[in-house]
Formats: sequence, C-alpha cells, structure tokens
Amino acid sequence: MSEIIRVENLSYIYNLGMPDATKALDDVSFTVEEGDFVGIIGSTGSGKSTLISHFNGLNRPTSGRVLVDGKDLWEQGADLRSFRFLVGLVMQYPEYQLFEETCAKDIAYGPRNMGLDEAEIQRRIKEAAAFVGLSDELLEKSPFELSGGQKRRVAIAGVMAMHPRVLVLDEPAAGLDPEGRDTILSQIKDYHKKTGITVLLVSHSMEDIAKYANRVLVMHRAKIAMYDTVENVFARAQELLELGLSVPQVTQIFLKLRQMGLDIPADVYTIPYAVKTIQKALAAKQAGEVQ
Amino acid sequence: MPNQESILQAQNVHFRYDPEQPKYAVDGVTLDIRRGEFVAVLGANGCGKSTLAKHFNAILLPEAGTVLVEGMDTRNEDHLYDVRQKVGMVFQNPDNQIVATIVEEDVAFAPENLGVPPEEIRTRIDEAMKLAGIYEKRDAAPYKLSGGQKQRVAIAGVIAMRPDCLVLDESTAMLDPHGRAQVMKTIHQLRAAGITIVSITHYMEEAAQADRVLVMSRGRIVMEGTPEQVFSQTEKLHSYHLDVPQAAELRDELVKAGIPMPENVITPEACAEELFKLLK
Repeated sequence: MSEIIRVENLSYIYNLGMPDATKALDDVSFTVEEGDFVGIIGSTGSGKSTLISHFNGLNRPTSGRVLVDGKDLWEQGADLRSFRFLVGLVMQYPEYQLFEETCAKDIAYGPRNMGLDEAEIQRRIKEAAAFVGLSDELLEKSPFELSGGQKRRVAIAGVMAMHPRVLVLDEPAAGLDPEGRDTILSQIKDYHKKTGITVLLVSHSMEDIAKYANRVLVMHRAKIAMYDTVENVFARAQELLELGLSVPQVTQIFLKLRQMGLDIPADVYTIPYAVKTIQKALAAKQAGEVQ
Repeated sequence: MPNQESILQAQNVHFRYDPEQPKYAVDGVTLDIRRGEFVAVLGANGCGKSTLAKHFNAILLPEAGTVLVEGMDTRNEDHLYDVRQKVGMVFQNPDNQIVATIVEEDVAFAPENLGVPPEEIRTRIDEAMKLAGIYEKRDAAPYKLSGGQKQRVAIAGVIAMRPDCLVLDESTAMLDPHGRAQVMKTIHQLRAAGITIVSITHYMEEAAQADRVLVMSRGRIVMEGTPEQVFSQTEKLHSYHLDVPQAAELRDELVKAGIPMPENVITPEACAEELFKLLK
C-alpha cells in the first residue's frame, strides 16, 4: 500500500493575532495509507473538523504541511483546485447544500465543473446514484421533494461522482433514525470495498466506527490522542472514557466485568466477539471446576 | 412519581397533512400519559411520532378524535393559552429556538410575553436555569455555547413558563454524546421536580431510562410497556426498523448461543451483573 495523506507538524490557529486566538490543531503528524477506512473521533471542539478541512485546502496550515498523494497543497505553483477533486469532502448536514432543480443535476454539478463530457457525466450520475441507492425516478425529482435521508444520499452521491481518491465525511449519519444510519454507512462501506478508495469518517459514535472502520484516529484538545487499529484503540477503553468519549455498550460491559475483578479482555467492541469471549471464559471456568 | 391522574389523553386521534391523500400521519392513536411519568416514544422516520407530539400542545389539531390536556380539549380555542402553558415543547435544532443574545434574556422571553411581573420573572428564570443546569452560563451569549448547552437554554426557556409537561421532539438528535448526557441529566432532574416528560428519540439507550416506552409505526402505536418489556422483543422491534440497546442485543445473542440470560437485561450495568454471576 502507498501513502495517500501525510500530515507533518500541522498546527492551525483560529483568529491568529487576535485576543481570542485559539489553537485548534497543535503539532499534529500522521499518515493515511491508500485504501484505509479511518474513523475520526473526538469530543466537540477537539479539532476533528478543522483537521479534515485541511485535506482539500479549505484551511491553510498556520504551520506544518499537508501532503495528498505526495504533493503539498500550499507549495508554490500547486493547483489547489485539483485537490478539491482529489479529496471529496462531505460536510455535516450536506442536504442543506443542495440547490439544483433535480437530483440528477445536483449530482452532475461536480463532474461538470471538472470539465467532463456529457456522456461521462451521465455515466457518473448513474454510478453514484447506484452506490447510494437512488432510483431513476428519484433522480428526476426536485431535492426538496425528498426525505432528509434521501437528500443526504443525493449530496453524498454528488461527491462520489467526482471520483475522488479520498472521501471525507463529517458525521454522515447525524440525526438519522437507526435504519437510516445503517443504510448510509453500509453504502459508504460498500463503496469503499468496491472502489478501494480511502475513506475518512468523522463520527461521534464509537459503535459506528467499530462497525465500519479499520483504523481509528482519536483527537483530544487539538492533538492526536491515539491512532491505531480498531482493536488496539478499543483495548484502551478506559482511557477513551477518561477523554470524555463514550465507548460502545459492549465495551462498557467488559470494562465493568474487569472492574468487578474478572480476568477478561477489554478490547471487546462488537457483539459477535463479545459472545465468543464469554463462551471462552465460560469454557475456561468449567474446565477449572472439573480439575 | 407517576400517579393515576391523566395529564395527556389522546382518544382515537387521526391526522392527515393533506386531506385529499388517503394516508394518515397519525392513524387512530389512543393513549394516556399520567402525571409525573417519563414516557419515551420510538419509531422510524415518518412513523408519525413528531406529528403526534405536535398535538400535545395544539400546534396541530386532530382531524378526528380528541386530545385532552389536563382535561381541556385542544380544539377549544378558549383553552389555547392554558394548553400551551401546561405543555412545553423542545425541538431538535437548538439554533432555531433561541431568540435573544444573552442566555437569561432568552429564558425570560416566554414569561415576559405571558405578562408575568418583573420580580416574579427573576425568580422563575433563576429557578428554570438552575433546574436545566445552565445557571452558570446565564450571562453568556448563546452562540458561544455548545449544542448541549444551547438545548438546555431552550429547555430552561420552556420551564420558565412553569409547564406541567415537557415534550421533547428528538431534542438530543443533533448533540454529541457529552451533550446528550447533559440533556438526559436535565430530564431526570425535571422529572424529580414532578414534571411529566414525553421524549421522542432515536436513541434506544435514552428510551431504556424511561418509565414507559411507546413504539409507533405507520401512524399507530404498535408496542407499549416498560423498557424491559419492549426491549426484550428484539425481532419485533427490528420489524419496525428499530434497534435494541447493545446490552439487550448481547443478551439475545448469548441466549441464541445457548448461554442462559434473564429476559429483562437492557442496560450495561444489569448485563455486567448477570455475566459476573455466570463467570465468577
């Protein structure tokens, strides 16, 4: 695998030089391998959104560098616009950004700005709509006739249609009902599997990150608190709680069992693994009783 | 504590947004909410739960059937002010509910409009801000607050009207886990102060803390009971496109794997206790 994003000593200060200057990112360094699915988590104000807005040049580092596909966004002569196509950013509540008269036209907006020919634009609309499960009938409707969940999928399709190498989503499931959450996140996971592109997913839900990501980046007070595989991050569940993050209920259950004095692993974050772990512990206990 | 006195009653309520369409958003709902109760209403998007909630303080009026607030029919215009004062609503987006530039001025907005005398307003808003846990921020500008704090300002603004019942329509949906926990803490405080709570939510863990859970689907109430009763019916909940809390899901999967677990385990605490008994 090759490296798609490299962040070197990145700091970002809001209102630099003003009395209320605040450091939103403080000497952050990490890399993302192409094809990874990274969950980004952290409490409100920890710097998550500031971080992701650096990947396509919406924010300019106060100091440090951000490289995408080996190129520095802010190097002299760099074509900033090209990074907007390379890194597709889906903001929070993206449905508020829909503006065209039909969903198809809205999805076409990005590809059209890339200067693609009409046939290719049409092909991409179809392809992106299929990824997020929008029917042909819906494509011809006005975005304003759709439900919240459908609108959000139109907005995500509009970014997918640009064929970015990196897809960044800021809380794509916020405010949806449980089924809406699962639908959107499964579609994103499916898209990740089929296209092999890199996905960065900002979420407040540890459950969702455990289910969909393979790596987790934990932000805390403008710094990276952890960056590791999902297993290794959840093995530090107690620290996550201390950072003010909520861990999945299954993880909480195993933490409690440890606190009660049971010798049981703490890196349990999915139901199937929890069942296996309990079965193992039961078998070990029974074997102990027989002896 | 809940008693037998009804505070909200719906009798065979029907409502359509478009009278020319055959589909009813609320399709024959009968329910009875008792004073002091904390009731959670669950249901997938579009099931009619928000539409039903808007009937409880006469934002919407039933097309057929009746809604009674402390015995007052919401269709009777003479009762409109009383109904709105008795039942306060808090919505999803805190930014849409805040009007003033200082927290305490925002909280004072409703009592000022109700013509409450100034000295009494002071008492009421201090009490409301303390109850909602936002008193320390009374001089702050709302835009500088976090989502959870703003939502508690909105709650304080409603509490300042001294309602008997608070209806929360997905009031935690836009908040992060910390903000949600803050609002849930406030809900429990209000409940301890005797205020009836009706909370519409997508979060099963929140519903697990209620006295009673109602599940809606296609405009009707399809399940009802204590959280333990409702969340032990995983398959049925899934058929209404709902989840159970993860602790209940784990219990189910353990039972399927042949490991005995009691039915009423729906919280992490209870689940850990049962597992401890099994494994110690």
